[in-house]
Amino acid sequence: MTLDKLETGNSAVITAVGGEGALRCRLLDMGLIPRTKVMVRKVAPLGDPIELFLRGYELTIRLEDAQKIEIEAITEKE
Amino acid sequence: MKLALAGNQNCGKTTLFNQLTGSNQHVGNFPGVTVDRKSGEVRGVKNCEVVDLPGIYSIRPYTSEEIVTRDFLLNEKPDGIINIVDATNIERNLYLTLQLLEMNIPTVLALNMMDEVRNNGGTIDVQKLSAAIGIPVVAISAVKNEGIDELVEVITETAEKKLRPTRKDFCSGAVHRCIHAVTHLIEDHAAAADISPRFAAVKLVEQDPFILEKLKLNENEKDMIEHSVTEMENETDLDRNAAIADMRYSFIESVCEKTVVKCRESKEHVRSVKIDRILTGKYSAIPIFIGIMLLIFHLTFNVIGAFLSDLLSVGIDAVTAAVDGMLTSYGLNPVVHSLIIDGIFAGVGSVLSFLPTIVTLFFFLSILEDSGYMARVAFVMDKLLRKIGLSGRSFVPMLIGFGCSVPAIMATRTLASERDRRMTVFLTPFMSCSAKLPIYAVFTAAFFPKYKALAMITLYIGGMAIGVLCGLILNKTRFKGKPVPFVMELPNYRMPSAKSVAMLMWDKAKDFLQRAFTVIFVATIIIWFLQTFDAHFNVVEDSSDSLLAMVGTLIAPLFAPCGFADWRASTALITGFTAKEAVVSTLAVLTNSGTEELGTVLSGMFSPLTAASFLAFTLLYTPCAAAVAAVKRELNSGVSAALVSFMQCLIAWTVSMLIYQVGSIFI
Repeated sequence: MTLDKLETGNSAVITAVGGEGALRCRLLDMGLIPRTKVMVRKVAPLGDPIELFLRGYELTIRLEDAQKIEIEAITEKE
Repeated sequence: MKLALAGNQNCGKTTLFNQLTGSNQHVGNFPGVTVDRKSGEVRGVKNCEVVDLPGIYSIRPYTSEEIVTRDFLLNEKPDGIINIVDATNIERNLYLTLQLLEMNIPTVLALNMMDEVRNNGGTIDVQKLSAAIGIPVVAISAVKNEGIDELVEVITETAEKKLRPTRKDFCSGAVHRCIHAVTHLIEDHAAAADISPRFAAVKLVEQDPFILEKLKLNENEKDMIEHSVTEMENETDLDRNAAIADMRYSFIESVCEKTVVKCRESKEHVRSVKIDRILTGKYSAIPIFIGIMLLIFHLTFNVIGAFLSDLLSVGIDAVTAAVDGMLTSYGLNPVVHSLIIDGIFAGVGSVLSFLPTIVTLFFFLSILEDSGYMARVAFVMDKLLRKIGLSGRSFVPMLIGFGCSVPAIMATRTLASERDRRMTVFLTPFMSCSAKLPIYAVFTAAFFPKYKALAMITLYIGGMAIGVLCGLILNKTRFKGKPVPFVMELPNYRMPSAKSVAMLMWDKAKDFLQRAFTVIFVATIIIWFLQTFDAHFNVVEDSSDSLLAMVGTLIAPLFAPCGFADWRASTALITGFTAKEAVVSTLAVLTNSGTEELGTVLSGMFSPLTAASFLAFTLLYTPCAAAVAAVKRELNSGVSAALVSFMQCLIAWTVSMLIYQVGSIFI
C-alpha cells in the first residue's frame, strides 16, 4: 500500500521511499524513512495535499508524492 | 571573529538573530542569487560578526538556500557556528546538526524553546546531550531573551580556542565501514580542496555532484567508492541516500532516548491541533481564509492605511502650502518654484504615499507568518497554484497584489525557495492593483454604464487569466524542470512577538524608502520636466505644447493597431508610470475637462471598443515606478526589473491589439 491511500486518522509504518532527486532527499531529510511511524492527520479542503504527523511534528506533502511512499498499515487501535 | 547562525525553518532563528544583534543589522544578498544575507555585530562583543544563514533542513545541492549555506561554510570559513534547534522538535532539528558537525567547524548547539519543554513536564539533559554529540550545548529561550548571554560567552570561547567538534562519527555497521573506507580514500583530495574529509566522504556517498567535482578524483577512485557504496547498500538493504538518512536518524533516536524525557503531548501542540480543526477544517478553512484576507484588505486600504494616508497627506499638503506661500512672497522664479512644488514635493509625496500601505500590510503579514498561519494557507491553497508550478506559499503575496504590487513583491521574500520567489515576482503585476481602479471607474462609467460591475470583474479576471497563462509558459520555459518539492512543515501556532513584528515593519519601510526613493523621485522629476517645458525649453502655456505631449505624439502611432493612436492617451499612459492614478488626471488635464465632463470628453476620444482595448492595456502594462523598484530589489537585478517592465508592456500591447483587431471584425 502507498501513503496516499492511507485513510485520515490511521497510522502506518513506512517500508520504502521512492521518488528521485530533490524530492526524495527532501522526504528522507524530513524524517520519512523506512521504519518510521506516520499518521495521516487530515486532507486539505481541496482534496490535496495531506497533512501527516510523524516524529512529533506535522508535515504536509502532496498526494502524488505520497504515492511514492510504501507503507504497511498498523492494524491495532491506539 | 565571524560566526554563522544556522538552523531549520521555524525554530526561532530570526528571533535569536535579532536578540544577538539588536538593530545593528545589515541586509544584503548572497552573490548571484536572491537569497538574503543578513549580518550584524553581536552586542557586547568587539569585532564579532554573525551571519544569519537561510533556514534549511539539510545540506543538499538542490535549492539556492542549501547551496548558499554550504558555500558559505566551505569558502568563508566562519570561526564558529551557532546551530539553533527547536527543543520541542529535537529529533528532526538534530538532523542538520549532524551534517554541520561533519564540517569540523567549532560549533555550539543553542537549544531553543527549552522553557516550553519544561513547562510541559519534559527535560533534556544538556550535559549528556553535549557529551553525546561532542559540542557545547546551551539552553535558551530566544523569545524571552533567556540564556543569550551564556550562549554568546560559550560560542566566543569555543571559536577563539578553536574547539572543534569532538565527535563526527555517528554511524555503525555497514554504513560506518563504507564512510570510513571512502574517507580514507579521499583524504588527500579533500585536504587539497580544503574540505573536511568526513563531510566530503558522506556527500560522495550521497552522490553530491558539487563535491565530486571539487575533489578531482580519478576513475579508479570513483570505482572504489562505488564499490564501497554497493556493499553498504547490499548489507543494509537500503539505497545510499536512505541508508545515510537512516544512519543519522538512528543515531539521533539513540541520543534522544538517553537525554530527552519526552513530555506528554505538549500544550502548544494540543492547542495547534485544536486550532487547525477550524483553520484548516474541511468546510471552514476557505471561508475563514477569505474572511481574514478581506479583513486585512479592509483594515489596510480603508481603515488604518487610509487613516495614515490621510494624516500623511494633510501633513504634506500643509508643508507644501507653507513652502508655496513662502516662495510666492519671496518672489522666486516661477520655474524654480514649480520645480520645488510640482517636482520635488510631488515626488517626495508620491514616495511617502506608499508608506502607510506598506507598513500596515506588513504588520498583518508578519503576524500571519510568525503565528504559523501562512503555512496553513499554503496547505489549504496549494492545489490552486500547482498547475503553474508554484506552491500554496505564493498565494498570499499574489493576493496582496490586488491591493498594491509594491508590498506584494516585497512579501515574496518569505517564500522558501528562490525559484518560487522569482516566479511570484513575475506574476504579481498581473493582479490588478487598487491604483488602477480610478481608471476603470471613469472608463466603465463612460462606456459601459449598464455593465459596470461586469466590466470591472472581466478586467480583474482577465488579468488573472493572462497571469495564469504566463505562469504556464514560464513553467514550461524559463523555470522548466526545477519545481521545488512541496514538503512543508506545519509549525505549532505561536504568539508573534511584538519585537519581531515591529522590526519587520521598520525593515520594510526603511528598505522601501532606501531603494524606491531614487527611482520614484527621478521618475517624478523627469515627468515634471517634460510637462513643464516645450522643445525650446520655454515654459509651456498650453499642456499640448509640452515635451511630454511631443513624446506622447511620437509614440502614439505605436498604438494605432490597438485603436487609440491619440497622443493624449499615450501621454496619459506615460504619466501612469509614476503612479497609475495619474492616467486619469493627465487625461483630464490634456482634454481641459473637469472630473464631471471627463466621461463625455472621453466618449469623443474613444469608441466602446477602443475603450476596452485601452483598459486592457492599462490593466497589463508596466507596473508603476515603485513596483519596478521593488522588483529590482527582490530580484537583485536592474536588468531583470527592466525586462519585467518591458515584457508587461509587450503583453499589454499584444492583448489590446488583439481585442481591437478581433473586435473590429464583429463591430
